[in-house]
Amino acid sequence: MEGLAIPLNHVLIVATLLFITGLAGIMFRRNIIFILMSLEVMLNSAGLAFVAAGTAWQQADGQVIFMLILTVAAAEVSVGLGLVLQIQRRFRTLDMDQATRLNS
Amino acid sequence: MLNYVWLVPLLPFVSSVLLILSAGRLPRKLVALFGAGSVGLAALLVLVIGWQFMQTQTPYSVHLWTWMNIGDFSPGFSFYVDQLTLVMLSIITGVGFLIHLYSTEFMQHDSDYSRYFAYMNMFVAAMLILVLADNLLLLYLGWEGVGVCSYLLVGFWYKDPANGAASRKAFVVTRVGDTAMALGLFLLFTELRTLEIQPMLEAANNTWSIGDSIPAIAALLLLGGAVGKSAQLPLHTWLPDAMAGPTPVSALIHAATMVTAGVYLIARTHGLFLLAPDVLMLVAVIGLATLLLAAFAALNQTDIKRILAYSTISQIGYMFLALGVGAWSAGIFHLMTHAFFKALLFLAAGAVIHCLHHEHNIFKMGGLRSKLPIVFWSFLIGSAALAALPFTSGFFSKDQILLSAFELHGTSTLLGMHVGPWLWAGGLLGALLTAIYSFRLVFIVFFGAAHTEPDKQPGWRMAGPLALLCLLSLVGGWFALPLASVFPTSAEHHVSHLIEGISIAIPLIGVFIAWLIYYKKSNSFSSITDSSSGQALSSFWKSGWAIDTLYNRLIVSPYVTVANAMRGEWLDKIYHGVVAISVGLHQLLSNSQTGKMRWYLTGMVFGLIVLVSIFGWAR
Repeated sequence: MEGLAIPLNHVLIVATLLFITGLAGIMFRRNIIFILMSLEVMLNSAGLAFVAAGTAWQQADGQVIFMLILTVAAAEVSVGLGLVLQIQRRFRTLDMDQATRLNS
Repeated sequence: MLNYVWLVPLLPFVSSVLLILSAGRLPRKLVALFGAGSVGLAALLVLVIGWQFMQTQTPYSVHLWTWMNIGDFSPGFSFYVDQLTLVMLSIITGVGFLIHLYSTEFMQHDSDYSRYFAYMNMFVAAMLILVLADNLLLLYLGWEGVGVCSYLLVGFWYKDPANGAASRKAFVVTRVGDTAMALGLFLLFTELRTLEIQPMLEAANNTWSIGDSIPAIAALLLLGGAVGKSAQLPLHTWLPDAMAGPTPVSALIHAATMVTAGVYLIARTHGLFLLAPDVLMLVAVIGLATLLLAAFAALNQTDIKRILAYSTISQIGYMFLALGVGAWSAGIFHLMTHAFFKALLFLAAGAVIHCLHHEHNIFKMGGLRSKLPIVFWSFLIGSAALAALPFTSGFFSKDQILLSAFELHGTSTLLGMHVGPWLWAGGLLGALLTAIYSFRLVFIVFFGAAHTEPDKQPGWRMAGPLALLCLLSLVGGWFALPLASVFPTSAEHHVSHLIEGISIAIPLIGVFIAWLIYYKKSNSFSSITDSSSGQALSSFWKSGWAIDTLYNRLIVSPYVTVANAMRGEWLDKIYHGVVAISVGLHQLLSNSQTGKMRWYLTGMVFGLIVLVSIFGWAR
């Protein structure tokens, strides 16, 4: 406990940076694999914030929520990869900007 | 049984609602069972009710519920049954059932079988409410209800734009009369504080004396409604066009029931009309003018249904004449016999049209006497009753009307002379014309050389109603209607045998003339009709005295011109501007829906940033 004297603020800043990295990845990447990866980064940034907060307040809740996030991420990846396969089969591309069948 | 009278309109109404809700998914047999069966049940019920009513002969009224409650105005949903109501009920349900039964075969191959019966049943229900209503507001509900059903049924084959135009014309022209009638109701309510017919008539009698101006105006406005609904001058132009609907519709709505609603209205409120003798005289004059005009028009038509339509206008003219001279029960009597023989004629004409590949032109028929014997005999009997040949039903009713007109005493202040004999002479001329045009139809359609071969024979569901209506047309006039307690009694007729003899002879002369012209094709007549002036007169009469053209020039085209001129007016531009802005915004939002997920996300992120900064700044 004593050795890990990283202030909570620093961890939160790292988490924010991670989150922005992920968000930017989704916003600027066109390949759907990269979008999925960026999504994972965003989830993990949230998980990091939870763990740090749990440690700062000496509560187990942070860890519990992180476990939940891990589960959600696993589920999301399995569904996401299924979608990727479908998109690849239907559109013969992984470029999300080509998959615009829902436009007006 | 009398307290079950509410079931009479309810049965067809429920059947109609069922047919509408089933949206054409019921099998045809079931549709026919509902459609004709409900009206048949209602007819049976009316029979029982009528039999029971005749034991006591006292008017019966039932209050079902209060319709609405506004201030001191609370019209009830209540029915009133007296002898007049019963006569109307029997006509509507009895003739109505026969026509429904006939329709089950006539409309057999129509794809909208269920819709047809839904409208027909709704019509019967509305018409029953009209005659059962004990206050004028409920009567008005039925009045408008039958108008709507007439509109729907005239335009039944809506795929032809001409039928749509005919139905709109029928609706709009009757609407003119209905507006007058609504104004009449307002006037009566503001003056008498009630719309219940019996108390209202009593109050009118106590408040006003004969010749006052307010009852005259009220009666005039009610007359406006009656003239519109019953297709009398000057609002008669919709009826010939209304023949665009299926023929059983014409038989039920435009011959037997709805068009006689005006006659019923005047007879029902006769107490008011008695207070306004000038308006009553106007009723007689309108009736006479209409019956002559329509008879001349009927003489020159070539479409079998238009002949019957003009004939209907003409016969309702007789009813108005009867009402106008105070022969109330004669008018209702003619209403009943007319319902029998005109329904018969229309159904027979429908059978001819049905069996001749939808041919309407009488000059393309001919020689059908031996090919369609049932139809021929029906048509002959119907025409005989229409022409008022002795001992048919039409003879008794028309005779009563003519004699009452002859005996009309007193001079009209409006015309300033003794009008009775003039009305009688006009009616006689009409009777002569009636005989000529009805037997012209018989001779042209059923005699002479055949032009079109019938491809089928009417089945029992068509022949049965025809036979029953034949019977009614023959013997329907042998029994006097028990209307004595409803209307003021009119004196016995004391006219010389000469007058009686003339009114018997006139129809026979008419038949003889028709035989000369259209069967023997006598040269002296054809030289008149073939001359250029004869041709011009004939086409003038064929167009219905060019009244349609007159109305088009006088009313329709100026209205259309004004409407077109109003189109680009500035007030409209405001509303068009609102529309344009809304459409533009819609386009903008619609463009933003690209289907590109990354753009949606970017939008969300920026929105979130904006929101967070706003709230953060606000703290």
